[in-house]
Amino acid sequence: MSSKDENATIDIDRLSFAYNGNRVLHDVSLRLASGEMVAVIGPNGAGKTTLMACVSGLLPEHQGLVQIGGCDVRGMRPRNVARIVGVVPQEFRVPFAYRVREIVSLGRSPYLGRFGGLSDSDELVVDRALAATDIEALQGREYNALSGGERQRVVIALALAQESRILLLDEPTAHLDLSHRVQLLRLVGAINAKRGVTVLAALHDLDLAATGFPRVIVLSAGRVVADGPPREVITPGLLRQVFGVDAQIIEDPLTGSPRVLPNLETSLSSR
Amino acid sequence: MNEQLDGLAAPEVGVPRWRGPRALVVLGILAVAVLVASAVGVWRGSVGIHPATLLGLFWNALPLPDVEPWWIATDEQILLQIRLPRVLAAAGVGASLSIAGVMFQGLLRNPLADPFVIGSSGGAALGAAAGTLLLGMEFTAMGFGIIPLLGFLGSFSAVWIVFLLSRHHGRASISGLILAGFAIGSVAGALNALLVLLSDQLQLRILQTLTWILGGVSVNGWTPLATVMPVMLVAGITGLLLTARLNAMVLGERGAARVGVDIERTKLLVIVVASLLTALAVSLSGLIAFVGLLVPHAVRLVIGPNNRLLLPAAALAGATYLILMDLLARTVLAPIELPVGIFTAIVGAPFFIVLLRRARGDYEF
Repeated sequence: MSSKDENATIDIDRLSFAYNGNRVLHDVSLRLASGEMVAVIGPNGAGKTTLMACVSGLLPEHQGLVQIGGCDVRGMRPRNVARIVGVVPQEFRVPFAYRVREIVSLGRSPYLGRFGGLSDSDELVVDRALAATDIEALQGREYNALSGGERQRVVIALALAQESRILLLDEPTAHLDLSHRVQLLRLVGAINAKRGVTVLAALHDLDLAATGFPRVIVLSAGRVVADGPPREVITPGLLRQVFGVDAQIIEDPLTGSPRVLPNLETSLSSR
Repeated sequence: MNEQLDGLAAPEVGVPRWRGPRALVVLGILAVAVLVASAVGVWRGSVGIHPATLLGLFWNALPLPDVEPWWIATDEQILLQIRLPRVLAAAGVGASLSIAGVMFQGLLRNPLADPFVIGSSGGAALGAAAGTLLLGMEFTAMGFGIIPLLGFLGSFSAVWIVFLLSRHHGRASISGLILAGFAIGSVAGALNALLVLLSDQLQLRILQTLTWILGGVSVNGWTPLATVMPVMLVAGITGLLLTARLNAMVLGERGAARVGVDIERTKLLVIVVASLLTALAVSLSGLIAFVGLLVPHAVRLVIGPNNRLLLPAAALAGATYLILMDLLARTVLAPIELPVGIFTAIVGAPFFIVLLRRARGDYEF
């Protein structure tokens, strides 16, 4: 799979996006260097998913400039974008009884030729994606019949089979229990460390963001309101301003990363 | 999860790959089924013909020294000019409707989709009815009567209107397609019912249109086949080239776009190819229900949903199925011919229900 690559950058310059006249993103500017691992946090509706969609080229009608590996996504063919950017959404179900290996093989779509057949090297990439996510034993099973945690791993394997240099994760832990969350974070960390894949992950779990990511970006109402190491970003003032939550921040005695302890009594009842 | 990112998994036995010997076995069995059904379909009919005649004719069609004909000329005429084109037409119609069913079900991600789901049946019926009124029954072109010609045009234009209606800011939404198809189909159905009701008072010759709508393979000799079959073949092969993209559509529109599928282009291609196949089938046989819904499902339940194998397998199974049902339609009450749509439903539905009950959980969303 792709080794450390200097071309795994994300450059976002004055990105704005509106759905039916509602501004979802305002003048967002960001730069991710190759091999960075960055978490995006923010309340529901802050624009995290829209930001991901713009980077993966799904919303070409955006304003501003989005570059992946130095190329404007707007001018690229979908299959060329998919070779550079892989997206891991929340796990989903499919309408028909596809098997796990068939779902993971869909990650090879951007590389298929005219006749749409998988080559031996494509099969090899699929084997590796299955091995990396530890689902080799599930590959003959029906995808829909798996548990939520297993399906999430299949979805990650699908993105890995794309062999992309940039991996976007959109709330991948939302449906997972604690053990699966930790495993997923370790897996993503390993992919980032071993292959130099740039990771941008939208997360709801602030503690997970603080533990696993050296850089955290905070989106609020479509704007970037903070960007930096978790210790500097996740502060009582920011949590009050962005989430409307009163919280105490303590330091993880093992890693020194911040931990959020919300105060139920004094937090605002709604934002 | 382990972290052996570069570890190679030994391929497990029995794991479905996207290709391999299993696909060849499935397609081989189905191809034999088509050939056997065709032979029976040509041999059997309202006039009894000795199987030796069939063998003799087949022998003489081979590039080998001919045998002296021991059969009478009428038998040869019946076999070559009536039954063979009819069997080929049934095969083409069955294959086309099944391919269109696979494509619409894959694109719309809806197990209930069939070739007529986005308005093509209503358009076909209305086109045929209106055409007979405007141009009269005597009009013919390329070996086709007025009814199949306008059925083809009505079918294709209804789908086109549905496609244009479902587009919003240059994107055609899947639910928009289904809803617009339903609306256009209903309007066409209502207008058609109106024509039928008025036909009595206006003394319109609409009975023939109604018989055609019920569905039945009827071709007069080879001329219509020579026009339709090459287009069917090209459309079918184009469908085969779209199967990888159809598989990706299982991830949903966004999901397919994320793995690099050009969604709008794919939707356009699938709709054009599938509705062309439907309209071509309609031009040969009228509206035959159930085949395009039932055959793809039945085959999917047996061999799995992967479109790369499903599409060709469904084409062969659909061809076999319609050849056999057409045989029933013309022999059960011979010399009276019954609408083939009756048999496709009566024979197919129980078979389908058995398959469906054996494969629980397949259609869970």
